[in-house]
Amino acid sequence: MANEKIPRRDFLKAAGAAGATGAAMATGLAACSPEAATTATAAPAAEPEVWLTLNATEAAFTKAAVDTLIPADELTPSGTDVGLATFIDRQLAGGFGNGARLYRQGPFLPGKPELGYQLALSPREFYRAGVEATNEWTKKTYGKEFDRLTPEQREETLKALEAGKAEFAGFSSALFFDALLTLTQEGFFADPMYGGNKNKVAWKMIGFPGLPASYRDEIKTYYNKKYDKEPQSIADFS
Amino acid sequence: MVTKLKEVDAVVIGMGWTGSILSRELTKAGLNVVGLERGAMRTPREDFAIPNVRDELKYQHRHELFQDTASETVSVRHARSETALPMRRLGSFLPGNNVGGAGSHWNGATWRRLEADYVLRSHYTEKYGAKAIPADMTIQDFGVTFADMEPYYDKFEKLCGISGQAGNLKGQKIEGGNIFEGPRSDNYPNKPLARNFAATTFETAAKNMGYHPFPQPSANASEAYTNPEGATMGQCVYCGFCERFGCESNAKASPNVNVLPVLLPDPKFELRTHAYVKQLNYDKQAKKVRSVIYVDTRTGEEYEQPAGLVILGAYVFNNTLLMLYSGIGTPYDPVTGKGSVGKNYCYQYTGSGVTVFFEDKETNPFMAAGAFGSVIDDFNSDNFDHSGLGFIGGGHISAGLSNGRPIGTRALPPGSPRWGKGWKQATAKWYRRWFDVSGTACNYAYRDNYLDLDPTYKDALGRPLIRMTFNFKDNDRKIGAFLSQKSADIAKTMNATIVTPPRYKNGDYDLRPYQSTHNTGGTIMGSDPSTSVLNKYLQAWDASNLFVMGASTFPQNQSYNPTGPLGASAYWAANAIVTQYLKSPGPLLHA
Repeated sequence: MANEKIPRRDFLKAAGAAGATGAAMATGLAACSPEAATTATAAPAAEPEVWLTLNATEAAFTKAAVDTLIPADELTPSGTDVGLATFIDRQLAGGFGNGARLYRQGPFLPGKPELGYQLALSPREFYRAGVEATNEWTKKTYGKEFDRLTPEQREETLKALEAGKAEFAGFSSALFFDALLTLTQEGFFADPMYGGNKNKVAWKMIGFPGLPASYRDEIKTYYNKKYDKEPQSIADFS
Repeated sequence: MVTKLKEVDAVVIGMGWTGSILSRELTKAGLNVVGLERGAMRTPREDFAIPNVRDELKYQHRHELFQDTASETVSVRHARSETALPMRRLGSFLPGNNVGGAGSHWNGATWRRLEADYVLRSHYTEKYGAKAIPADMTIQDFGVTFADMEPYYDKFEKLCGISGQAGNLKGQKIEGGNIFEGPRSDNYPNKPLARNFAATTFETAAKNMGYHPFPQPSANASEAYTNPEGATMGQCVYCGFCERFGCESNAKASPNVNVLPVLLPDPKFELRTHAYVKQLNYDKQAKKVRSVIYVDTRTGEEYEQPAGLVILGAYVFNNTLLMLYSGIGTPYDPVTGKGSVGKNYCYQYTGSGVTVFFEDKETNPFMAAGAFGSVIDDFNSDNFDHSGLGFIGGGHISAGLSNGRPIGTRALPPGSPRWGKGWKQATAKWYRRWFDVSGTACNYAYRDNYLDLDPTYKDALGRPLIRMTFNFKDNDRKIGAFLSQKSADIAKTMNATIVTPPRYKNGDYDLRPYQSTHNTGGTIMGSDPSTSVLNKYLQAWDASNLFVMGASTFPQNQSYNPTGPLGASAYWAANAIVTQYLKSPGPLLHA
């Protein structure tokens, strides 16, 4: 098992480093990726796969996780294909990920859940710890890291995390699951300029029109009537 | 090393609603006024411009316009026996920052407190007997009446161009308005906003049950408007990006739109941004504040600004912190019940109701204004008979949807998956087909709900954090059960596909989900210096040249959003300062 993963990680690192050199390399990578093989509507990744902060293990985990939370179906492509791993990478690399607006003075004490997040870790650090703990748990349970599990095993794993049943050292697996789900759904529904919600697929899925300039008349003319205009993003107005 | 500056007539701390109103009224009276704002300048033209102002992730979920909890927060515990922990990130409430304060990112719900709410303890005692009030419930009268405040409500509504329908004009009840409101001297300056599916469906259902629905009074202007100051507002475009955002149409009343355009050019006014007030220099002998110490947040340098008159117009927690940290007044002691600074901290009890889903309707949640929809007041305050109910107070029930921003606003029927294929299908099906029918209730004061200084955790200036000891009580939960059932009864008549079971908050106060930025108390007003911090003119009993503004002055919280009442009381206090205090500086009332 262990000797299997090292060459693949090296390959991913090499691909990441070489990603900027062109689309041919990236297309090759997409064809090799397990996600492309297992999803019905895999869009060929035309862009190179680069990461600002995620390491290879975290990137593989993130892609597998967002594809489980938001699987490809008739409504949208998979989480990875709509840019959610990219979104998470960018969020964790920036101010939010590094603890902007987070009160980080100690002492850090465990508290009731109602008093909110009390760990000493920034969101970036917490994500790293959560990925490590999840992979340790899946190795113990299934003998493999999360991204190498079957789709059914990934679902089982995330359900165990969600219910707080996966035993993590230091924090509840449910706390990590909630952070992962929140980031994933933020990326899915946020303006596409952040890297997720590619082609406004999530907005199209639900019928959210994005940001038209005005509904001054429409508030009346579309009373109890479907508003079926093409969604507009910030880039469309810029 | 503190640089001492030249004395000014008045210094105003905080440039939100109350600070900007007081600055305007005092400069008009001829005073030289310095406004100190810890944050940066915010102008609608630069900072609230389309398209980037409509960025849900940045403004709502990354808290662009709110107080930065990395440098300043509160610690919280449910009871005195527990150790308070810092609120490490915002959730339950969202205090503002920068010029305009929370007044730049509120939703615009603008109310007048009901007549009985001003004389709360007297009212319930007279009507139901002293035993109707639980022994540890420390509610008080305000020391002023609705009639005292009415002209100032009118003034604030005209400043903000409020859209609404009067329900009681000079004693004459008007169907279609709130017939429970106190008598008004004038109608609202603007007609009500347009109504969406949720509002009209609720209105019809409520009317059929014999209740009295009316449009939510709103600071989102239904028409273009010029206020008495000469500041202009645009017409609301129902963009659905209101609360937590600045308004690109200048259609939401804010200090930035409705006051600052006339205040900033006034040579008698000087605004200093990045000026974070650390302490008031209190002369205990003379019972006066001599100066305020502030830190320039760009350089870290400290300045002392002497002033004849000091207006404290920060948020609830900072008002209370500055009083406690500066040693003004007697800190409240929950064991003896003595002292008053930090006393009667209250909140808002929200979310008692149901969600309705319609398979065959389009509720278009994304076409919305911030303060929007239809409301009934039939179960608010003492508008209904409380005999045998086991609680006092109540709340208003409303429906309307203020937005359809999809990261934060998605409802699914009970039992729907939270993720995966099933979640996608349910989200695609229901996103446009639901609304809440929900009660927002008062929150009355209790002996052991209070604010003091945290013994452990500090802010960026090295001061103790405010420590909040707070939990909801049986009175709240009984109101919750009652309002959620009334909401369900109304919803059941709407022919909805699904009506959720009635829900209300039955557990401990939870700091994580947003509830409301309606924190109140800590520097309360009243008629007895032993049980209040301020007299009825919002003048500190212990410092005659200090006037404190905002929701920290409320002895307890009514069901309504606080901005209307705190706007009116700012004008009331300004009038007392200009017509009484300036002529003869000193205590306006003697203990």
